[in-house]
Amino acid sequence: MIDRRFRRRAAGWGAKALLWLCAAAVSVLLLAMMGYVCFRGLPGLSWQLLTEEESVLRGTAGILPGIVNTLLVIVLSLAAVLPLGVGAAVYLTEYAKSRALVRAVEFAAGVLSGIPSILYAMLGALLLCGRLGLRRTLLAGALTLAVMNLPAVLCAAQESLRAAPSSFREGALGLGAGKWFMIRTVVLPASLDGIVTGCILAVGRVVGETAVLMYTAGLSTAMQDFSSLRSALRASGATLSTVLYVYARERADFAAAFSVATVLLFITAVINLAASVMGRRSRRG
Amino acid sequence: MRRRGERAAHCLLFLCALATVALLLLITAYLIASGLPAIREIGLKNFLLGTVWDSASRENPRFGILPLLTASVCGAAGAMAAGVPLGVLTALFLTKAAPPGLAAALRYLVRLMAGIPSVVCGLVGMTVLVPFLRERLDLPAGDSLLAAVIVLTVMILPTVTELSEDALAATPPACEEASLALGATETETWFRVSLPAARKGIAAAAVLGTGRAMGETMAVLMVAGNVAGMPSPLRSVRFLTAGIAMELGYAAAGSLRQRALLSIALVLFVLILLMNILLSWGKER
Amino acid sequence: MQPGYHMKKLVSYSVLILFLLTGCGGEPPPRVVELDGSTAMSGVMAVLREAFQERRPDIRLNCSGSGTGAGIEGVLSGQCGIGLASRELTGEETARGAVGHVIALDGIAVIVHPDNPVRELSTEALADVFTGRITRWTELGGEDRPIAAYGREAGSGTRSAFEAGLGAADRCVYTCEYCSTGDVVGNVANNPNGIGYASLSALDGSVQALRVAGTDCTLETVRQGGYPLRRPFLLVTCGDAPPGEAAGAFLQFAESAAAAPYLALAGAAAPEREGSDETAG
Repeated sequence: MIDRRFRRRAAGWGAKALLWLCAAAVSVLLLAMMGYVCFRGLPGLSWQLLTEEESVLRGTAGILPGIVNTLLVIVLSLAAVLPLGVGAAVYLTEYAKSRALVRAVEFAAGVLSGIPSILYAMLGALLLCGRLGLRRTLLAGALTLAVMNLPAVLCAAQESLRAAPSSFREGALGLGAGKWFMIRTVVLPASLDGIVTGCILAVGRVVGETAVLMYTAGLSTAMQDFSSLRSALRASGATLSTVLYVYARERADFAAAFSVATVLLFITAVINLAASVMGRRSRRG
Repeated sequence: MRRRGERAAHCLLFLCALATVALLLLITAYLIASGLPAIREIGLKNFLLGTVWDSASRENPRFGILPLLTASVCGAAGAMAAGVPLGVLTALFLTKAAPPGLAAALRYLVRLMAGIPSVVCGLVGMTVLVPFLRERLDLPAGDSLLAAVIVLTVMILPTVTELSEDALAATPPACEEASLALGATETETWFRVSLPAARKGIAAAAVLGTGRAMGETMAVLMVAGNVAGMPSPLRSVRFLTAGIAMELGYAAAGSLRQRALLSIALVLFVLILLMNILLSWGKER
Repeated sequence: MQPGYHMKKLVSYSVLILFLLTGCGGEPPPRVVELDGSTAMSGVMAVLREAFQERRPDIRLNCSGSGTGAGIEGVLSGQCGIGLASRELTGEETARGAVGHVIALDGIAVIVHPDNPVRELSTEALADVFTGRITRWTELGGEDRPIAAYGREAGSGTRSAFEAGLGAADRCVYTCEYCSTGDVVGNVANNPNGIGYASLSALDGSVQALRVAGTDCTLETVRQGGYPLRRPFLLVTCGDAPPGEAAGAFLQFAESAAAAPYLALAGAAAPEREGSDETAG
């Protein structure tokens, strides 16, 4: 009897130790990785690196074009994905009567979110850059990423729309407001925080994506011409993560690559912080 | 006037919702239309079971994807075998055993890890892991299936942990209370009641993690060595995704080589589709 | 927050999208030339690009490196203006309309880790290493280590020029295949077992170039033809006429004698030119 109780206690301790060990292993792994990136990347980080274009003749490094390209791709792809994703979410939560349609859209979104990025890269390169004649431009990359991010934005918007209290809707409709009027004045503002969270997550994916942008947006690390909208839409170049790939793989310049990696880590941390702050706000309502 | 606006909004939103389904259908149709003829030309048996991938040869190009397919499947399976237990146990730690402050910190770390660009993982893999494996295992070169599995494990860990945590958090507390009231210890309850209760969610997490491992391109491209031979753990291998990435630019438009790449894309797509069907089937049961 | 605020945001947002989709900027499009192709040429192109940019700030050059084959395909399909090839064009490619302009000569250096005592190989030994007949460094007079033969992916200009130079086309067996020149250099620099091949212009202090068949790989031996593994750097256009004035201007600059000092700076040899070009610089 005592023996059995002891064994149960020992098993309990063992199990707890196992859990602590796993958690410790995971955190050590993640911390070591990030620490190593910063350790190799921080020494090369400078104001000049962040604010200048690289020059081979003068022997200086600079990733400003990568930063600008990343920002442009973020803006363009959000501009394309937001109306589409939020619109679809509004339809599904507020209008759709057919259960089958909702299920079909949700299934489609699930599949789209699971498609490997290299397939999007291929489809973007063959269809958008080739067939539609956009060539390799930041615009083509942004549109490909918009399709890739559609499920995430759709899901986030759907969730926050569902969370908007139905008393709001009933109140507005009871006052004689039209449905669309009610949605845009009552429901959408109430779920804005959730939608913004979805956008932040989409931004995170844009910043981290390489495969798609390599084949649809180009690899040039030179500064593009953003003086007019038209030239900006024709610009082609590498975003930050692609710049990292170019440095690490094409030039074997690991010091610069780790510096870019540190910048990317920092951006990721900021995006995560923003997302969790917004997420908390939206949960509080 | 207002009625018309309402109707226009309704239509527009419906189109947004339809766009998701339409995009999926478009992608499916394009992949089938351009991938299937090549498979027919090569022969299904030669394509799926051929052991030589030599698409660039001028006299005798061969398009057997068995080495690539096996590498992808082994890589994903290996990552799952290591990542799922580790992730699930970490999730169990987060939901049950961890002090709240520690849990919050670890949770943030895991979420941060989920957002880290895959090129950063690949960079650390190629500069740390690959030389480490070469020295420890006395290999000619460290680029290998094993290196890819380790990197993929780290990359799917956040996905598996977060989703399992959600599943564990959603288990009804009544079951656990009942188990404790019946005299089971805390750890017995966690392992024998909480885990089985969350098994569906955990299975979904495993499936999604596998999908992510199969679809990963950049990190794998950077650590696997990319020789298209039949895989063995300590030799260099080429994944399906890397196979597409390496040759996407080289294949002439409309050539058999390009269409064979689309066939690979089709195979990947079908695999992802099957996983999604499995997922939604599991959700319904 | 009053509802009108969000409405205004929504409207301005849709206007922005419309703007972006129609692309009505107003100004004439800037002259941009897209160049894509060989990663071996990326060092040379980086220098030439900047030198040209200083002369013609009104023209913008975008250089990408996705491999020789991809660059030629890009030009032929109209995806980019000028292709970069680090090998001779094949008959098939010229038949499809590709035209090559030689801008420089390059040596394919055979590189090893600096700690590797082996300093010289014959072409036969090199062929044996890369076809998998020699697998340990001891057989070449080195330490007791396995050989990791690093190569490039199929479609690379460096790979086909190297294999053709050894007479081992399509027979090479690699330990790893990498997608760019820098990748081979970086991996050889990280691995004492490694041996690889890369453009002479891409070498830095991190790797050691071997003597091949008794000749060092230097600018001098490449220019004179003493070094066995050499190939041209080509700018490739589609048809005889370059697409547009901007691309033509760059072609002219790259082929002129004015580009020679920049080529030397990047570590590539300027090709022999006719007399008129020589005096022009």
